[in-house]
Amino acid sequence: MAKSALPELKPLLDMSDISKSFAGIPALRNASLHVAAGEVHALVGQNGAGKSTMIKILTGYVKRDKGDILFDGAAFEARSPQDAQAKGISTIYQEINLVPYRSVTENICLGRERRRFGLLDWNSMHEEARALMGRFKIDIDVRKPLLSFNTATQQMVAIARSIGFKAKLVIMDEPTSSLDEREVKVLFDVINQLKASGISVIFVSHKLDELYAVCDRVTIMRDGQTVKTGTLKDISKIELVASMLGRDIAQVSKHATAFGDRKGNTGELILDAKNLSAGHKVHDVSLSVRRGEIVGLAGLLGAGRTETVRMVFGADRMRSGEMKLADKSFQPVEPINAIQAGIGFSSEDRKLEGIIPDMSVAENLTLALMPQLTKAGIVDNEQQRKIVEKFIARLGIKCSGPDQRIRELSGGNQQKVLLARWLAMNPKLLILDEPTRGIDVGAKAEIQTIVKELADQGLGVLMISSELEEVIEGSDRVFVLRDGRNVGELTGKKITEAAVMAAMAHGDHLAPEENA
Amino acid sequence: MSTATTPNLPAAKAFDYKSIMLKNASLLAFLALVVFNMIYTNHFISIQTLNVNLTQVATIVIVGVGMTLVIATGGIDLSVGSMMAISGAIAPLIFLGTAVKISEIHLAVAVAMVVAIGLAGAFGWFNGWLITRFRIQPIIATLVLFIAGRGIAQVSTNGNLQPFKVPEFQWIGLGRWLGVPVQVVIMVLLVIAAAWVLKRSLFGRQILAIGGNENAARLSGIPVASVKRWVYCISGLCSGIAGLVVIAINSSSDANLVGLGMELDAIAAVAVGGTVLNGGRATITGTLIGALIIQLVRYTLLSNGVPDDVAKLVKALLIVVAVWLQRQGRS
Repeated sequence: MAKSALPELKPLLDMSDISKSFAGIPALRNASLHVAAGEVHALVGQNGAGKSTMIKILTGYVKRDKGDILFDGAAFEARSPQDAQAKGISTIYQEINLVPYRSVTENICLGRERRRFGLLDWNSMHEEARALMGRFKIDIDVRKPLLSFNTATQQMVAIARSIGFKAKLVIMDEPTSSLDEREVKVLFDVINQLKASGISVIFVSHKLDELYAVCDRVTIMRDGQTVKTGTLKDISKIELVASMLGRDIAQVSKHATAFGDRKGNTGELILDAKNLSAGHKVHDVSLSVRRGEIVGLAGLLGAGRTETVRMVFGADRMRSGEMKLADKSFQPVEPINAIQAGIGFSSEDRKLEGIIPDMSVAENLTLALMPQLTKAGIVDNEQQRKIVEKFIARLGIKCSGPDQRIRELSGGNQQKVLLARWLAMNPKLLILDEPTRGIDVGAKAEIQTIVKELADQGLGVLMISSELEEVIEGSDRVFVLRDGRNVGELTGKKITEAAVMAAMAHGDHLAPEENA
Repeated sequence: MSTATTPNLPAAKAFDYKSIMLKNASLLAFLALVVFNMIYTNHFISIQTLNVNLTQVATIVIVGVGMTLVIATGGIDLSVGSMMAISGAIAPLIFLGTAVKISEIHLAVAVAMVVAIGLAGAFGWFNGWLITRFRIQPIIATLVLFIAGRGIAQVSTNGNLQPFKVPEFQWIGLGRWLGVPVQVVIMVLLVIAAAWVLKRSLFGRQILAIGGNENAARLSGIPVASVKRWVYCISGLCSGIAGLVVIAINSSSDANLVGLGMELDAIAAVAVGGTVLNGGRATITGTLIGALIIQLVRYTLLSNGVPDDVAKLVKALLIVVAVWLQRQGRS
C-alpha cells in the first residue's frame, strides 16, 4: 500500500515485523516503518505508542526481539548509536547533545578530529565546519563557543554535525519543542534542503500543523503497533487524531469507564483562571472549575496541560495571567500556598514527583497532612495511624499495613495512597494529572468511582487524561488545549469524541458554549 | 516448569538470611571486632581502654550526628572541620580576654561557648543558604567554607597558637561525670536527641522526605529550603561543640590543626554506619557504630604494633566494603 503511493521513490528504510518486550510487557508488536529516499516522514503516536522504542531499535540503543531492518538495500544492524551514525542514520534529540562551552568547530568535529603530525589540524577542521554551516546558509564564526549563539543556531550545529557524517537518514525527535516561530521556519528550510539533497528525515512531533507543513508521509503508531501509514495529503487531521487515539470517528463506545455520564449539576465557581502563560508551553489558557464539577483538560501531548495545572498549584512560576480562588485573588508562589488555600495536586509522574519510595504507606499518605498531625513538632503517631487506617479501608488500598514501604505496592495502590494524601487534607479543589496512567483496569475503575463520588459530594476536580473516554465520560465540562492555547470549551451533551478530537486536530475556536 | 522453579525456593530463603546479615552488617562487624580484641589484645577489657576509645571517638560522632542529618537530605557538608577550627579559635579569644574582657571566669567561659558554637551554627546556616538560594550543589557550596573557614580561624587568631590552662572551660574535654568523660556524655545525649528527632518529629520526617524525593516533598508543601538551612545549621552547631572538645583536650587552640580531616572521618562514619549517601534513609545509631568501628580498627591495629599509616589504609578499605554492602542491599 504505502510503497505504491509513491512509486517514483526508491525505498531507503524498511523496518518490518518489529517486536520488542520489556520485562515481559510488549512495547512493540509487529510494528513497521517504511521510509523512502528523500522524503520527510512523520512518525506520530501518543505516549507509550512505541515511537521511541522503534527509533531506539533503529539506532542501536536497544535490541529488537524480532523483525527485519533493511537500510539502503542491505540488512541493517546497529550495535550502538555511534554505529548507526557511521552507517548513515543520525539522530537529533530534543535535548541538544553538544558541548556548549566549546567552539562550533569542536562540536562539529567532536570524535573525529583531524590530526597532523600528532597535533590537531585546526585549520582544516575550521574549514570543514565553515563549509558545513554554509550548506545551511549560516555564516558564523565557527571559532566562537556554541553557547554564544541562539538556540536555533545551536540546533543547526547539531544538525550539521549529523550531516557531517554523510547521513542518508536523519531522525528528528521533537526538534521544534524549544524553538520559537521564526526558528521553526529556519528548521523547515533546513529540512527542505536536506530533502532536496536526497536525505530522508524521520520527523517526530506532536504539533499537527508542523507535520502537515513539512512532511510527505506519515506512520501512525498506537499500543506498539503501526496502525496507519500513508501520504499526509490524503489523511485529514481528524483522521490522524482518531488513529492516534484509537477511535473510530463514526462509532462511539458508551461507558468505557466507571464514571458513567456526568450529570453536570454544579455549584459556585471555585477556580477562575484567565489568560495564563508560562515558559515555552503555555501561551494563553483560561479555565474555571465549579463546586462539585469535574473539569477535563484535553489535548495532545505537548499542548500545555500539565504546565497549566502546575501553575495553578504554584509549582511553576506564572508569567502572566490572573487567578481567582473562591472569588479572591490567588497568586501561589510555592505549592504550600496552594495547599493552604485548599488545593491538592496528584502529579503525572508517580515515581518522580509522587511517592517517596523508602517511606511507609502511612508516611506517604500523611506527607501533606503532617503539620496538622504534630503537636510541638512531635508527630502524633496514634492519630496518624487512625487516619491512615481509615483511608486504607475507604479506598481499598491493598498493603500489608500502614508500615509497609510504598515502593512495594502496585502502581494502582500507590496511586490510591497519593489520592488519599490529598483527600486527607479535605481540599476544595483537587487537580489530577493522569490519575489512572499505568495502573491495572480494576484499580482504574475504583479510582474513577472515588473521584466521581467526591465530586458528587462537592469537591471540584480538574483532571488531565490522555485517555479520551476518561475525559469525555468523566467530565462535566472539558477545556481543549492546543499548543498552549484554549481551542474549545465543551459542556454536558456537547462533550463528544468528535467534538473533542475536532478541537485537538484543527484548533477550531468553537463558539464558547453557553451554559443552559 | 516445576523443575525450574523448585531450586529457586531455597535460594529465596538464603536471600532473606543474607538480607538480615546485610541490614546489620555494621553491628556484626563491630561485635566481631570486639570479640577479636577480647581474644588477641592484652588488657582490652578494662575501663581505661573503654574510656580511651570513647574519648577519641566522641568528636567524630558529635560531628557525624550533624553529618548524618545533612546526608539524609541528600546533601553533604565538607566544611565541618573548618567550622571546628572557627569555634576552637573564637572561644579562647573570649575566655582568655584577648578579644573582650569579662572578669568573671565562669561567665566568660559561658559567653565563649555560646558565641563559638553559635558562630559555627551561623556559618552552617550560611552553607544552607548558599545551597537553597542559589541552587549550588552541596559539595561545592560547603567547599567554600572548607577552604575559607580555616582561613577565617587563622586570621582571627593572627595565626598564633593559643595555649591555655582554664579548668573552668576544659571540663568539656577532660572532665568526668560519674566516671564517664564529659564529651562522651555529650555524644550520647546528641545521638539520642538526633535519633529521636529523626524518628518522631515533624522535622525528621521532612528531612527524610526531602532526601527521599525532593520534588514530591515540595509538591506536598514541605518547606524544602528552610528545612535544608536548619539541617546545615545543626551540622555547624555540632561542629562547634566538637571544636571546643578538641581544644579543651589539647589545652591549646591551633587553627591549623583543629578539626583537620574531620569531614572525611565523619562521612566515613556515616557511610560505614549504613546511611545511604543519596539521602532518604538515615540511621544515627548506625553512625555511632560506624565511628566506633573505625576507631576500634585503628585501636586494634595500633595496639598490635601496626603503624598508623597502615591503619589509614584499612580505614579506606572499610569504606569501600561499606559502600559495597550498601549496593548489595539495594539490589
